[in-house]
Amino acid sequence: MMKTDWMFEPDSRHFVLEDYEAALARWCPGCGDHAVLNAVQKLCRDEQLPPEQTVMVSGIGCSSRFPHYMKTYGFHGLHGRALPVACGVRSRRPELNIFVSTGDGDCCSIGTAHWIHALRYNMNMVVMMFDNRVYGLTKNQTSPTSPKGESSNTHPQGAFLSPLNPISVCLSITNASFVAQTVDWNPVHLYETIRAGFEHQGLAFIRIFQRCPHFTDHAFKEFKDEPEKVLLMTHERGIPVNDTVKRVFTNSMQHDPADIDQAHKLARRDDVLPIGLFLRNDQSERYDEYTKRGVNMSNGEKLSALNRELDRFAI
Amino acid sequence: MDTQAAHQQKRTQVTISEHIVEIVSDSGEGAQTAGQLFGTICAKMGNGVWTVEIIPAEIQPPARSRAGASGNRIRIGTDPITNAGDCADLVIAFNEQVLYSRIEQGALGPGTRILLDNKWSWDPVESIREAYQEAREDFASMGYSIYEVPIESECFKVVADPKKGKNIWVLGLLCSIYQRDLDLVKKELAKKFKRKGQEAIDRNLELLQAGYDWAESEMDVVFDLPTRSDDRPKLVMNGNQAIALGCMAAGIEVCSMYPITPATSVSHALASMFHKVGGFVHQAEDEIAAIGFAVGASYAGKTALTVTSGPGLALKTEFIGLAVMAEVPLVIIDVQRGGPSTGLPTKVEQSDLLAAYFASPGDAPKIIMAPSTIEECYHFVPLARKLAELFRGPVFVLTDANLATGVQPFLRPELSEDTLSPPIDQNRWNPEIKPYEWDQATGLSPRPVPGQRDGMYTLTGLAHDERSRVAYDSSINQRATERRSSKLKTLRATLKPPQVFGDESGDLLVVGWGSTRGAIEEAVTKLQGEGHSVSALHLRFLSPLEPGLNEIFSRFKHVMTIEINYSDDGHVSDRRFAQLAWLLRNETLIDVDCWSRVQGYPLPPSALVEALREKLGAYSEGAVS
Ligand SMILES: Cc1ncc(C[n+]2csc(CCOP(=O)(O)OP(=O)(O)O)c2C)c(N)n1
Repeated sequence: MMKTDWMFEPDSRHFVLEDYEAALARWCPGCGDHAVLNAVQKLCRDEQLPPEQTVMVSGIGCSSRFPHYMKTYGFHGLHGRALPVACGVRSRRPELNIFVSTGDGDCCSIGTAHWIHALRYNMNMVVMMFDNRVYGLTKNQTSPTSPKGESSNTHPQGAFLSPLNPISVCLSITNASFVAQTVDWNPVHLYETIRAGFEHQGLAFIRIFQRCPHFTDHAFKEFKDEPEKVLLMTHERGIPVNDTVKRVFTNSMQHDPADIDQAHKLARRDDVLPIGLFLRNDQSERYDEYTKRGVNMSNGEKLSALNRELDRFAI
Repeated sequence: MDTQAAHQQKRTQVTISEHIVEIVSDSGEGAQTAGQLFGTICAKMGNGVWTVEIIPAEIQPPARSRAGASGNRIRIGTDPITNAGDCADLVIAFNEQVLYSRIEQGALGPGTRILLDNKWSWDPVESIREAYQEAREDFASMGYSIYEVPIESECFKVVADPKKGKNIWVLGLLCSIYQRDLDLVKKELAKKFKRKGQEAIDRNLELLQAGYDWAESEMDVVFDLPTRSDDRPKLVMNGNQAIALGCMAAGIEVCSMYPITPATSVSHALASMFHKVGGFVHQAEDEIAAIGFAVGASYAGKTALTVTSGPGLALKTEFIGLAVMAEVPLVIIDVQRGGPSTGLPTKVEQSDLLAAYFASPGDAPKIIMAPSTIEECYHFVPLARKLAELFRGPVFVLTDANLATGVQPFLRPELSEDTLSPPIDQNRWNPEIKPYEWDQATGLSPRPVPGQRDGMYTLTGLAHDERSRVAYDSSINQRATERRSSKLKTLRATLKPPQVFGDESGDLLVVGWGSTRGAIEEAVTKLQGEGHSVSALHLRFLSPLEPGLNEIFSRFKHVMTIEINYSDDGHVSDRRFAQLAWLLRNETLIDVDCWSRVQGYPLPPSALVEALREKLGAYSEGAVS
């Protein structure tokens, strides 16, 4: 039925931003997490996602407080373990919208095994990895993504090793289907990336460079101050970019997200910070197609199947 | 026919009320299959049965090695059988080395009849011939009488490679000795080898008949094991299969696991049939992910469980704490094995009780139950699901390696649609009701599920109030912890005091839990027959403990537990107690004694009789109070 402005629909619901806003976020002023929260709330509003059909899953960390600030269902679980929980939620609930918030420590250190396997399972959800290159909540310890030489409370003389590259890891995982990178300080690109991730069917992994004014204020300063050090990857199958984005990030190149070899090369570049979509593969298998089988089976069907199984053991 | 009939008359017929049979071979020679088939046949004929697998320590142990002994112990009786019993009455061994292994285990006694394949006496390798000869003399000097049986040479008459087939020939022999219904046996064989094709079925039927015929003409004894007629429908299976079927009857949709012996076969059994009821087995990347996935599914209103053993339980503890704190219903099945660490992967132990009790740092009260029979393995899963949902939290079902592989017949359960639906409710939530609207008295609260309009909340492992808001106020944590704790009291108030087995009062009460029940009650019955004033008590709930224990204990002069976990012997001042004893002492403030062993095998009733006699002697001498 066509909807017209004047039709009276008592059951119709229209959601505004406030419908997604819960407790006032307690992150530090200037923390990049606020920007991500705004982007996700806006996305929910634009997509008119019913709050009760939306689940925010997280681990532990500053960024993992995310679900508390959304007026949707939320699961603020254990450090490093957001992904198994999110996969479990997804397994039998194909209709829910699932977003995961995880930190660089949460995802790339304590949760590494789950990160790798969740990419391989490729269950439908948006995974936002807040990369501030430091452990925020526990107050300034080295993260796997901290640059070599970066000093922290655990390595006051500077981190010994070069950082792990989360994008290279993701690109190497069989069955990964959507790997993107964006920055918290460009709300348009941030929003469009999360939106593209949401529209993607499968697991969308988004690394968000996230400023931590408290501990790593310097970390992304050069990229913010000198936007030409950011490399904007564009493509018709990539993250949509409008003129304002293009105007800020003048250094741009075409990257086909089907081109995995080029994606690997781009991921390894350390002269620039690439943002956009590295990889997209809509053909990747999805584990949730299997796990949801049988959700709608009736009790009658189950009962007769169960009886037949018992028969096999009958004396 | 005539000569056979004539011989039949020569065979001595011995009527028995129960027997223990063992078949042992190198691993891969099929003694386990033969044993399982024999057990199933006996159950189908209406006998009581309990079987135990004899499992080699390695997957590919060298041939003819003691460590490689593989097979089955089958205890059969006219009446129901509740445990593996003591010395075997009849042992069939495929070589002398595996026989040594059984002797070392104390599985044989002076009266045991031993049938041994004589093929080794003409083996081309001299050292083997010698070893065989030596062993025969050795066994004789130990007082065993050995009947040499030409198992291999008789099989050669039927098949080219007896290594695959001896087991079925032996099954035929057993069927003659125990007068099994051959038609039934043939049906079972056909079922067993159905997937291998008609040729395999025919070959095995031939082997069966050959073994049977040989025994008919050569064996001088037959055993008559009467059955009690009982037409009620029954099932026969092992404990892990029973758990798998229990999962399906409980309406579980997700079994999330990581392989670990002896729990894995639950998921094997499930995986072979779960899809037929719409469920699925998730093999996760590790045990942490396995429980996390189950917690996620349960949070989303679906029924989920995780199944594991000791080392896996260790990894799951953080999520168990979360399930307690955030009140997520979850069934956790722990098929216990020997520990700590990798321990004794295939062997029985009951040493995860306290690990389950304390699983998770912080105050993490949870429900713990332990089935004592194969039948209870089945029924405890639907019960656990119900309790998990009603009490909104994790429920442990502790079984062990003995129950996992033990086979026992039981009454076919009634099925009901009521237990099959997931708890998910998608009706609009009443926003007046908070996500943790704890009842003051019971601690119980209704649970909103994603999809329910107006029920939105963020579950958290942080201390939280009724609205699931992070608690920054210390009084909230005190109150919330108290509410979670009160759920155990609420459950306990619904439980009945356990039934004493034997006299309601006396000198000694023996308390047990889990798979040891049959052996304890058998030992206690024996001692009662000798005039001792001993009773037994079996606990199914370990947390909360069943009510009325103080009152029951006070009617006995002494109370002790028997368990398969470690305790120091004797009543020394710095004694470490067995795990249930530890809990009971704490709960009742009664000086509960204990006797326990961790030798990796089920406790035989005779060892318990001996231990209890010793205890009774010590008590009467006033050695301990
Ligand atoms: C099992 C466990 N180990 C350690 C911690 C302590 N802890 C909490 S958050 C955190 C790291 C947070 O860093 P990150 O994941 O990068 O998130 P951020 O706070 O920077 O957003 C640690 C180590 C914990 N909560 N649980």
